[in-house]
Amino acid sequence: MTEKTWIGKPVKRVEDARLLTGRGAYIDDHPPVANLFHAAIVRSPHAHARILGYDVAGARALAGVAGVITGEDVARHTRPFAVGVTAPVHYYCAATDKARFVGEPVAVVVATSRYVAEDAADLVRVHYEPLPAVVDPERALEPGAPVLHEAVGSNLANHRRLVYGDPDRAFAEADVVIRERFRFPKYGSTPIETYGIVARWDALDGVCTVWSNFMGPFIMHPLTARVLGLPENRLRFIVPPDIGGSFGIKSLIYPYIALVALASKLTGVAVKWIEDRREHLLASSTGTDRIAYRELAAKKDGTILGMRFRWLDNVGGYIRSPEPGCSFRPTGNFVGPYRFQHLEVDASTVMTNKCLTGPNRGYACGHLYFETEGMVDRLAATLGLDPAEVRRRNLIPASAMPYRSPTGGLYDSGDYPTAFEKALDLAKYAGLRREQAKARAAGRYFGIGLALAVDPSVSNMGYVATALDPQFRAKPEYLPKSGAVDSATVKVDPLGRVIAILGTTPQGQGHQTVVSQIVADELGLIPEDVTVVDEMDTFTRVWSISSGTYSSRFGSVGTSAVALAARKLKAKLVEYAAHLMDIPAAELEFRDGAVRRKTGKGPSYTVKDLAGRAHWNTDSLPEGMEPGLQATAVFGFTVARAVDAEDRVNSSNTYGFIAEVMAVEVDPETAAITIVKYVTVHDAGTIINPMIAEGQIYGGALHGLGGALYEELQYDEDGQCLTGTFMDYLVPTASEAPTIDIAHVESPSPLTPLGSKGLGESSSMTVPAVIANAVSDALAPLGIRITELPMTPSRLHALIKKARAT
Amino acid sequence: MKPAQFDYHAPTSVDEALALLQRYAGDAKILAGGQSLVPLLNFRLSRPAALVDLNRIPALAYIKEEGGQVRLGAMTRQRTIEFSPVVKERLPLLGEATRWVGHLPIRTRGTIGGSIAHADPSAEYPAVLTALAGEVVARGPKGERVIAAKDLFQTYLTTSLGADEILVEVRIPAMPAGAGYALEEFARRHGDFAIVGIAAMIVRQGPRCTVARLATAGAGPVPLRLRAAEEILERDGLGEAAIEAAARRAAELVSPDGDIHASADYRRHLTGVLTKRAITRALGVARG
Amino acid sequence: MAELVTVRLTVNGVAREGRCEPRKLLVDFLREDLQLTGTHVGCEHGICGACTILLNGQAARSCIMLAVQADGAELVTVEGLMQNGKLHPLQEAFREHHALQCGFCTPGMLLTALDLLRTNPAPTEAEIREGLSAVLCRCTGYQGIVNAVRAAARTPGGPAGA
Ligand SMILES: Cc1cc2nc3c(=O)[nH]c(=O)nc-3n(C[C@H](O)[C@H](O)[C@H](O)COP(=O)(O)OP(=O)(O)OC[C@H]3O[C@@H](n4cnc5c(N)ncnc54)[C@H](O)[C@@H]3O)c2cc1C
Ligand code: FES
Ligand code: FES
Repeated sequence: MTEKTWIGKPVKRVEDARLLTGRGAYIDDHPPVANLFHAAIVRSPHAHARILGYDVAGARALAGVAGVITGEDVARHTRPFAVGVTAPVHYYCAATDKARFVGEPVAVVVATSRYVAEDAADLVRVHYEPLPAVVDPERALEPGAPVLHEAVGSNLANHRRLVYGDPDRAFAEADVVIRERFRFPKYGSTPIETYGIVARWDALDGVCTVWSNFMGPFIMHPLTARVLGLPENRLRFIVPPDIGGSFGIKSLIYPYIALVALASKLTGVAVKWIEDRREHLLASSTGTDRIAYRELAAKKDGTILGMRFRWLDNVGGYIRSPEPGCSFRPTGNFVGPYRFQHLEVDASTVMTNKCLTGPNRGYACGHLYFETEGMVDRLAATLGLDPAEVRRRNLIPASAMPYRSPTGGLYDSGDYPTAFEKALDLAKYAGLRREQAKARAAGRYFGIGLALAVDPSVSNMGYVATALDPQFRAKPEYLPKSGAVDSATVKVDPLGRVIAILGTTPQGQGHQTVVSQIVADELGLIPEDVTVVDEMDTFTRVWSISSGTYSSRFGSVGTSAVALAARKLKAKLVEYAAHLMDIPAAELEFRDGAVRRKTGKGPSYTVKDLAGRAHWNTDSLPEGMEPGLQATAVFGFTVARAVDAEDRVNSSNTYGFIAEVMAVEVDPETAAITIVKYVTVHDAGTIINPMIAEGQIYGGALHGLGGALYEELQYDEDGQCLTGTFMDYLVPTASEAPTIDIAHVESPSPLTPLGSKGLGESSSMTVPAVIANAVSDALAPLGIRITELPMTPSRLHALIKKARAT
Repeated sequence: MKPAQFDYHAPTSVDEALALLQRYAGDAKILAGGQSLVPLLNFRLSRPAALVDLNRIPALAYIKEEGGQVRLGAMTRQRTIEFSPVVKERLPLLGEATRWVGHLPIRTRGTIGGSIAHADPSAEYPAVLTALAGEVVARGPKGERVIAAKDLFQTYLTTSLGADEILVEVRIPAMPAGAGYALEEFARRHGDFAIVGIAAMIVRQGPRCTVARLATAGAGPVPLRLRAAEEILERDGLGEAAIEAAARRAAELVSPDGDIHASADYRRHLTGVLTKRAITRALGVARG
Repeated sequence: MAELVTVRLTVNGVAREGRCEPRKLLVDFLREDLQLTGTHVGCEHGICGACTILLNGQAARSCIMLAVQADGAELVTVEGLMQNGKLHPLQEAFREHHALQCGFCTPGMLLTALDLLRTNPAPTEAEIREGLSAVLCRCTGYQGIVNAVRAAARTPGGPAGA
């Protein structure tokens, strides 16, 4: 057993010293190669248009321009990216035949500076034949709607109907059936640092090196290599130590990596491209907007029997990997924390003339719980029960853990009822209800919302195949997919200090700090003795297809790899000391930073003693022992299996829990919402650094709040983006951010060496639900129920006005 | 997002600046605080042949009292106004409005002349200028002219200033001692331009209202003086019913447009709500 | 290319000089010509605040100012906050209160907060939030930053003097 001296402590971050003094190393900071040229991307002003031709003579003639690449070059020199569905969607790194959303890249200019590149980009003439556009997913499926991809024949990129248990019977036997239509907005967590890439294609050795703030998953590496026609060991991805936030968004930089690499190849110079904010808002990545039709079947006592989900997920102009994860990422936790067994999911993925989508913090779970928790509140209202009581009656009990959900999820640990009660206590729920009664009596609009969520972390790549038909997956040529793997190396130098090397790509999660805590505990050191290197380089790091820092992986899988590597090393130290002491290894243990006898007194060897001897005198090693003091461990979950024939899949590897209570007051005159109280209780297993964990919760909550109240990528009917600036796309500021009461429950995961789970997405997935429920509750006297986000004051005012008129 | 090329000039006198404007015959842009113009340059939505930067003309930055007016040089920074004792004393409404203009780092550079010349319909300064019936002094090749607020703002981002004219001074009548004032604003985020804002000044004598001044931001293409609503207060006093009536009237007077932030209907509704709140708060600080 | 202009200014107490086009943004000049990459670019239209510096002692956006306009000015960037090898009290407070995650907004936050505390040495929580609303942070939910600024305001001889 490892002593926990540092794990669980709010150790201050080692990253901060450099970041506070302007010495961070972000992609735009330090040119990794000399003689860099700069790219500007020419983008489609049309939402939907056929490309008839290019005139690049003016741009080429401008002084300082090294070259211009158009869609023709893209078609000639690259292949389309593999997509996760069987529909024949040809997604290239730039438009080749048609542009399908405003901002889609159509050409790239490479010049001596970004200023000159933009001058030249202005001179590129692209001839378009504008086509009618469609932006609404329901409209896009109507007959006669403009079709984006002729080869597909319609705008339906994918459709699956998943059935678990016997939903028809559940609905037939129900006392009450509740139906609702919800709309979830298109928003993206827009990191303050935009995408950035430096690519150098070396014609002589055939290696293309790409520096970028890509965050993984590194499955995109082989995909990109294939697109560029490169063997994988000729494509090198390097990620600098600092990334200025990502929240899922930077996993979608990969098409640009291909485009900038191609620009380097064709111009013969090293090329840098830093996305600007307008490009980011028009054409990076966002979550999907969704129209959801929900049905819930329940008994009179509030027991939920089953649910039906019908989803239209709008992935924009092209479906691209890892979509349609927007529907299937939460497959294992579709039922959330509830016991019901019967579920039907009808998931359509629709393409329209909007910016493309991908993971955004809380990937697909913000949508899921907004709908489910809204339905549970409607059930409570229908039955005249307290929403807390309805939830109590349906929660999975602690005794059922580990729990196999009907959709294949394996909830590894947790005590949902206890965590929920803790949230209610902390919020003084009964008191809030009394306050509400008083407020209502005084004509004020005060409401209380609840939301519960199973918080999945460490995606099992296998979930992606849920998008495919079981018959397709049964074909012999189909290669099943699964896995969630990370690696770490721990090495001890001759003076006994430790370097830990990771292949992760942190974006502010403090990996260096967390790893130093773990290694310090494992090896009996202090965190300052541990230097952590976490710069990803596909040529030098041990990595896998699933590597990267996404889906809240690090807290679970990354930390596990570190702990295992340290333990491996510890075993070696014990073995070495046993040899030096001439005592059987079984009688020794590693304790308080030294190898000693398990019992009684006697000599001991500190890490430093052992390190010096082992490095300076290899002759002192026992026979057969490999020289050097380092260990590499690769940790993979054994519960990450491929999806089965009944569409069941353990889509994540660890599952935490979130319980939230929020009280709001709505000003009926301005329709402004004030958050009066907000409580969140998290169970993420063992917490390694509570300070960092709390930071993740605060950050996640504000992303959820952004989507619920402020942020939406809006388009007009012609597909023009109306939110291309930070004046129009509203990111919440300190004045809008709520204060949060946070508490933890710790149910260690039995699946990880430290018992930890992920927590990175946290409240981003619950806040849309909890605030929508709170506002609905506040406006219940007017008969208003929120079905659509964001709840802007203007929209809320319209609802209030309409309600008062009737 | 980098600006297209331009010639750059930083004259040290207004005359020199005027000569440059003439030289470029409409193709030059005046650069004041740059807080609105430089974003437009960066987006390449504005591509002037030249910039005439007023930042090196010290004679354009001052605040003084003269002829019952507070006179502010066009290049007076919003930050200077925020902390100015003269403004605090004689034009507290302008002082309050300043806190609503963006954020402190924006006000470090942004100028009163730039804000008024830019004529964003949701901006606070044009609303204050309109409410208090101020005027601006423009200097052009043919000399100086004084333009009243009501003649200045023409439509979105458009004023009656000529391309060869420079706004050199803003003149606002000093507020009567004891006047109540308030700037009520509703924005979706702190520091944003208003969805709707109402600038109000009230001079009271007991229950009577001798002067009422009300103007909008964000409730139409230009700031609107709500004269008919003011008249209700000046006629009927400051009782609750009169305030309600004035607020209702205010909502009728405006013809806002809808955009992604707010519908026209909501803006109209807010005009009423905020008018009432502005008058009520102004009354709270009025003496007399 | 347009005629180059010479820009002479003081940055963090050091006289610096460079030549650039008049259209060059101050932030690009700092980052590219002076290699002071601590000042970040997040939007280039004045909203995010990542590029905030002190211009003659006052916080200002360096992305909506031309380098040529800073000729003769005194600038402080995040690189200039440390004194004698020690973190500035405000930097210390940021570290203590976990006021940063990815660190990308941090330089702008620090300089904005410094200006805030100099103009208002004892701000209320609402005033701190209002002051910080000038800079967008996507990671922290702002609570750590608010706590740090509040703590720094209370530090004896605090940041205002430094
Ligand atoms: C993040 C952010 C938030 C903001 N929020 C607000 C807000 O809430 N409310 C608000 O009112 N403003 C806001 N602004 C705008 C800011 O107040 C600007 O300062 C103002 O709009 C323009 O003033 P300026 O001095 O910066 O002018 P500039 O940007 O330099 O110029 C603006 C325009 O006016 C012209 N001009 C400038 N000076 C003169 C002159 N003397 N004579 C003739 N023409 C002239 C210029 O040619 C240009 O067309 C915000 C800006 C930013 C970046
Ligand atoms: S980069 Fe200057 S404010 Fe965003
Ligand atoms: S710490 Fe990442 S944006 Fe603020």
